[in-house]
Amino acid sequence: MSARGNGNPYAPVGAGRALESAAAWLLAVLWLLPLLYAIWTAFHPAEFSARFELLAPLSLRNFVQAWHAAPFARYFLNTFLLVTLILGSQLVLCTLAAYALARFEFPGRELAFALVLTQLMIMPDVLIVENYRTMTRLGLVDTIPSIALPYIASAFGIFLLRQAFKTVPRELDDAARVEGAGPLQVLLRVYVPLAKPIYLAYALVSVSYHWNNFLWPLIVTNSVEARPLTVGLQVFSSGDQGIDWSVICAATLMTSAPLLLAFLVFQRQFVQSFMRAGIR
Amino acid sequence: MIPDVAALRPRHYYGVTSMNARCQHAIHGWLLLLPAMALLALFTHWPALATFLDSFWSTPRPRRPAAFVGLDQYRAMLADPVFWQSAVNNLWFALGTIPISIALALLMAAWVNDRIAGRALVRMAYFTPTVLPMIAVANIWLFFYTPQYGLLEQMLSSFGVTSHNWLGTPDTALACVIVVAIWKEAGFFMIFYLAALQQIPPTLAEAAALEGASRWTFFRRVQFPLLMPTTLFVLVNAVVNAFRTVDQIIVMTRGGPDNATTLLLYYIYEVGFRFWDTTYAAALTMVLLALLAAVSLAQYVLLERRIHYR
Repeated sequence: MSARGNGNPYAPVGAGRALESAAAWLLAVLWLLPLLYAIWTAFHPAEFSARFELLAPLSLRNFVQAWHAAPFARYFLNTFLLVTLILGSQLVLCTLAAYALARFEFPGRELAFALVLTQLMIMPDVLIVENYRTMTRLGLVDTIPSIALPYIASAFGIFLLRQAFKTVPRELDDAARVEGAGPLQVLLRVYVPLAKPIYLAYALVSVSYHWNNFLWPLIVTNSVEARPLTVGLQVFSSGDQGIDWSVICAATLMTSAPLLLAFLVFQRQFVQSFMRAGIR
Repeated sequence: MIPDVAALRPRHYYGVTSMNARCQHAIHGWLLLLPAMALLALFTHWPALATFLDSFWSTPRPRRPAAFVGLDQYRAMLADPVFWQSAVNNLWFALGTIPISIALALLMAAWVNDRIAGRALVRMAYFTPTVLPMIAVANIWLFFYTPQYGLLEQMLSSFGVTSHNWLGTPDTALACVIVVAIWKEAGFFMIFYLAALQQIPPTLAEAAALEGASRWTFFRRVQFPLLMPTTLFVLVNAVVNAFRTVDQIIVMTRGGPDNATTLLLYYIYEVGFRFWDTTYAAALTMVLLALLAAVSLAQYVLLERRIHYR
């Protein structure tokens, strides 16, 4: 460690440092501006939606109005069920597949791995026309499982877990087998606990992706009973009955609030997860 | 407690050569893989193949069953001005978003990596758009661009700029959508640069300083080359994202005005689910798949030589 903080001789000092901080802060404010703007509009009466006066009265009426104008409670429930269903199934299926690809030797393994990886290129988001046809044939259109099914076998999840399982020392695997554990017990007792950080990273990425996903749910649902929040918000805000901007802003904040709060609380985990999930 | 594994290994079936054990091993492997492979086949491999096959047929209509038309859909596509416009728009969209968001991401990462005051807050501000639903933030931006009483208009009118319908004019609509995409993506890419910057050993900076290299030289000759793998990774992600952008188009412009913001995936959605011309949508999907395949191939050629997933 040198005298200059973290030992980086290129870290700016004095005026340079002040200038850099100022620029970084300016960009940060610019980046938060749309969000702050929405917060301002949502918490003030409609006549202040684009007028900024320090003493404008605060109000929660926009939120109350939005909540009653559309079945948001149902949309929240649907999104919650959807995200839980997807993540739960993904974790089980991807764990099993990753275990097979990491630690079993069988004919066709390399081909199977290549077939899995094709999904990284051909994403379900792009195959909307054919997947809609499949859902029609299965009689699943307009149900929550129909939104979830194309995403459950996630190549990304299989890939991440396979990489993690491959770093587990064989000795631990051996030791468990010597004690009489079968393949599934070894998986549960040795591999899964050791891959916990990867599971956390994958879970955060998956939940935020599916909470925010829009096109496929828009296509495959058409009733309040199946619609997730994103589609519900779009139906609500693009309605013809001329809703106030301040009410739309309130609804917008409402739908993003759970993720935003989770992000603010678990900021470090979020950032690290996205990092871990991205570096392959 | 780890037993003496060297002594135990022969009993273990990774090394065993008995036919029976190997057979059992293979069966277990396939059984573990089966559920995921079945779903992948049903919702990725089969649809991709079916899209390819469908693109050679006509869309069945009430009085006219589907007929094999060979390459007619592709011929129609080449003669379809909206297809060309969506392709060109998408190209401009990619050229507008990718370089700026990558440059901004690098700048953000460099700033957050230096010990500026309140860097945790700054990092949070940059990253926040990433976790918000696109569909929600597009609503906010829609209001931002609203003629007359939107925030942008108000800021500009105080500078004496006359009113302009930003999203309603073909000349500016695409640029508006590009700004939203940059705002959403830059903070996401920053994370990868930040991780990479932190992995550069500090001794390199010390050595460069001893040699008397300027900060710019250090960045250009040391940091930037070391960040190359990250740049490639981010670039591939950015290209893929640019060609599957659709959410903010549906919310903000619906492809308008006059198709000025129609991107490829939005056009596929429109043809497939508004006009219900499913086989023409299949042909359009093949174009998008070919593009994505080309990106993956390029990544493979550039990256796979150095990184091995083993």
